[in-house]
Amino acid sequence: MVGAACALYASRAGLRTVLVERGPVAGGTTGAGEGNLLVSDKEPGPELQLALLSLRLWRELAAEPGGFGAAVEYRAKGGLVVAAHPSDLDALSAFAGKQRSAGVETGLLAASQLADLEPHLAPGLAGGVHYPEDSQVMPALAAAHCVRQARRYGTELRTGTAVTSILRDPGGRVRGVRTDKGDIHAPAVVNAAGVRGGDLAALAGVRLPVRPRRGFVLVTEPLPPRVVRHKVYAADYVADVASDSAALQTSPVVEATDAGPVLIGASRERVGFDRTFSLSVTQVLAERAIALFPVLGRVSAIRAYLGFRPYLPDHLPAIGPDPRAPGLFHACGHEGAGIGLATGTGQLIAQALTGATPDLDLAPFRPDRFPASEEGAR
Amino acid sequence: MTSPTNRLAVVGAGPAGLAAALTAAHHNIAVTLIDSAPQPGGQFYRQPAAALGARRPQALHHAWRTWARLRDRLDAHVAAGRIRHLPGRHVWFVELLDRGFILRTLTADDEPEVFAADAVLLATGAYEKVLPFPGWTLPGVVTAGGAQAMLKGGLVLPGRMAVVAGSGPLLLPVATGLAAAGARLAALIEAADPRAYGRHARTLAAHPGKLAEAAGYAGRLLRHRVPVLTRHTVVAAHGTDRVEAVTVAALDADGRARPKTERRIACDTLAVGHGLLPHTDLAGALGCRTDPARVVVDAQQRTDVPGVWAAGEAAGVGGAALALAEGEIAGRSVVAHLTGERPRIRSTAATSRTALRKFAAALDAVHTPPAHWAEQVADDTLVCRCEDVTAGAVRHAVTELGAADLRTVKLLTRAGMGWCQGRVCGPGVAGVAGCPPETVRRPFARPVPLSVLARTPSPTEGRQE
Ligand SMILES: Cc1cc2nc3c(=O)[nH]c(=O)nc-3n(C[C@H](O)[C@H](O)[C@H](O)COP(=O)(O)OP(=O)(O)OC[C@H]3O[C@@H](n4cnc5c(N)ncnc54)[C@H](O)[C@@H]3O)c2cc1C
Ligand SMILES: Cc1cc2nc3c(=O)[nH]c(=O)nc-3n(C[C@H](O)[C@H](O)[C@H](O)COP(=O)(O)OP(=O)(O)OC[C@H]3O[C@@H](n4cnc5c(N)ncnc54)[C@H](O)[C@@H]3O)c2cc1C
Repeated sequence: MVGAACALYASRAGLRTVLVERGPVAGGTTGAGEGNLLVSDKEPGPELQLALLSLRLWRELAAEPGGFGAAVEYRAKGGLVVAAHPSDLDALSAFAGKQRSAGVETGLLAASQLADLEPHLAPGLAGGVHYPEDSQVMPALAAAHCVRQARRYGTELRTGTAVTSILRDPGGRVRGVRTDKGDIHAPAVVNAAGVRGGDLAALAGVRLPVRPRRGFVLVTEPLPPRVVRHKVYAADYVADVASDSAALQTSPVVEATDAGPVLIGASRERVGFDRTFSLSVTQVLAERAIALFPVLGRVSAIRAYLGFRPYLPDHLPAIGPDPRAPGLFHACGHEGAGIGLATGTGQLIAQALTGATPDLDLAPFRPDRFPASEEGAR
Repeated sequence: MTSPTNRLAVVGAGPAGLAAALTAAHHNIAVTLIDSAPQPGGQFYRQPAAALGARRPQALHHAWRTWARLRDRLDAHVAAGRIRHLPGRHVWFVELLDRGFILRTLTADDEPEVFAADAVLLATGAYEKVLPFPGWTLPGVVTAGGAQAMLKGGLVLPGRMAVVAGSGPLLLPVATGLAAAGARLAALIEAADPRAYGRHARTLAAHPGKLAEAAGYAGRLLRHRVPVLTRHTVVAAHGTDRVEAVTVAALDADGRARPKTERRIACDTLAVGHGLLPHTDLAGALGCRTDPARVVVDAQQRTDVPGVWAAGEAAGVGGAALALAEGEIAGRSVVAHLTGERPRIRSTAATSRTALRKFAAALDAVHTPPAHWAEQVADDTLVCRCEDVTAGAVRHAVTELGAADLRTVKLLTRAGMGWCQGRVCGPGVAGVAGCPPETVRRPFARPVPLSVLARTPSPTEGRQE
């Protein structure tokens, strides 16, 4: 997703762009996640700023003539965060207050108002916050249609082509990439390799500690429209995202898709690239979803899938030029928000590549903000 | 509710599962035999006597004797308490724990149960491979197995005008069965070239019984005056409310429909079969290696996951006799594993397995779908019925959107995302997209209600929050 967005904004900025992908389009984490475009789960700070920028760009893209919005199943349906207990609600409203000061639209809801927004919610919840800006896209379609648009602006797409090394001149400047299908010369290389971003950085001799964080998503049979209307999740989600614990944390967002199935996800675990299916994780997802929407108890799960979020130790992506390898730019490590944050990232990268003033300060996203070695990290 | 540990759990009560269960029970292993069907026998022995008899009196004699023996032995072991036979339960998940396995089942009305075991044999059989063509979704178009089910249920109305088409050994019994049930057979359309058998003459000649069986079918087809067209294929079915006719064409040496050979055949029933695909979902979720469409096993039918065996069509399509041989071998291997003794594989079972596998491979080599069948699929033909995806949408995903494998085609079109999870449409979508078939991981062998999933006790992992 991120590479697609970078190619889109770079080629729109007039740059000759080649998009190199070892697999097919959307074959990485993008094809194994969900497409929530959320501000609701972000505390004030650089990530929230990036999310607000990105949401604006998603809105603009979706409104472009040519049906991009419909093609990527863009829905500005809004999010609803609920609190089970009065104490949770206090914490949630305090959090929402800070978000409001940072420019997020929020609407505090009393217990009695929840049913107006979501008639099938469990009774007895303490209240919630409505986030009208929260939206969704179908991530694989979003990536594919960004690539398609980028090609209209001249981007050359090379799928089935793996980068095997990064070419540098004697002075250390990056001058292109070597692939298994030949060299590509370019004065700038953008690393949008997702969960493999660390490997790509290593090819240029620099360290970028991108690691996988596994997530499972449960998919139900198709439901009639409007059983679940918003993106709904419980307030403890917010704590999970910023968590440093390696233990399993399950914080399912419940959302309906255009095609009818409801997605319940996702879990968060640090288990490396382990693809073993875990029944107990999906059990917890099911349990928590039913706690929010008791009607889901009678609905069947038809499948579950897993993906690996690319995360960096401080949970912020790496975006921008790498002073350690002139000519190398990074756009990876977006963890559980890479779909949402892709448009802003693409825009910032295009601005950095063309020397324009970036819409946001890139300092918090500096790729060289981590220690140079694993030892230094401890 | 968790039952006391039963040492071997067998999933599937077809020939393979029965043979294994009987072998293990004979050696005093406690067996739990779980099967989704209401009756034991699997796909083969489930056929009622009447239907089998109609199609193959002499073969029936042999098959029925074998079945009667299996059935008696099953009854005896059940009575003696050595086999617990649990029909009408679908295993939706097998969980591998530190010590042993947990099998999770659902009845037809979604009642969950849980069974523990020290060893698991997957004998889940196969299902039919479906390939799309213009008109394949019309009422009256059924799979070859679907036609057998109609026969079994006595649903074949005498006077129906049927065409049987596709490729493979299943077409002959279906055609003769339909004829015997009173349908008129307009044609039998087989894609393979009978001359291709010549290349496998030695393997085939080693199986006089099977050849005699095939000859018996062919003889009866002649008697029913059924026109048989080999090296032909159905390129389209026509009709509005129901199939009214099919267009068939001759195939050239490359497997393409030859221009100007098309002809129309009136019919109101079309049974199409392209062979079988093993059920591998449970194995996949357990982490067993699959290749891409069958569970990979060693000489003792062991998978690469310790404690898990596979036998019968789940480990490769090859017919009921092969399933019996593999089931017996698996059963003996399980016995050895659970008792700590050396496995005593009967050499007759091993020899017959080798020969039958060769025979199956020869049949498989002869009976392949026409190489270029996907070219016949028009852009407006549905390829995925659950999600209403056309062939045109699949092609668009490949040429315009950058999909390059079954997974990204699915993501960009939804083909295979619906109720069947690609079990039905997978081969068709892959063919139209021009990508190789691949192992699709389906963690649940059937849809499971969220309330059941949520109540699923997790003996080992627990919650780590
Ligand atoms: C279960 C789950 C749920 C999620 N839910 C959401 C959500 O609701 N909202 C949201 O915004 N985000 C969500 N995410 C996160 C989001 O999916 C990711 O942040 C995002 O997809 C990352 O995109 P990417 O382009 O960086 O990585 P990828 O999609 O992995 O793309 C990187 C690409 O680089 C290619 N590549 C790697 N190495 C090379 C090489 N050497 N040569 C050539 N190509 C190479 C890979 O093949 C891959 O296709 C979720 C993730 C998971 C796992
Ligand atoms: C539609 C069809 C028609 C056929 N017609 C003929 C024919 O006319 N002549 C011929 O010679 N051969 C025929 N065959 C082939 C023949 O049936 C097989 O060779 C033979 O039955 C294979 O035995 P098996 O034990 O491997 O599997 P099967 O006999 O298929 O038995 C597998 C059993 O496992 C059960 N099962 C599967 N998954 C689960 C699960 N998750 N939980 C619980 N139970 C499960 C199934 O319901 C079934 O009872 C046909 C096969 C099929 C699929």
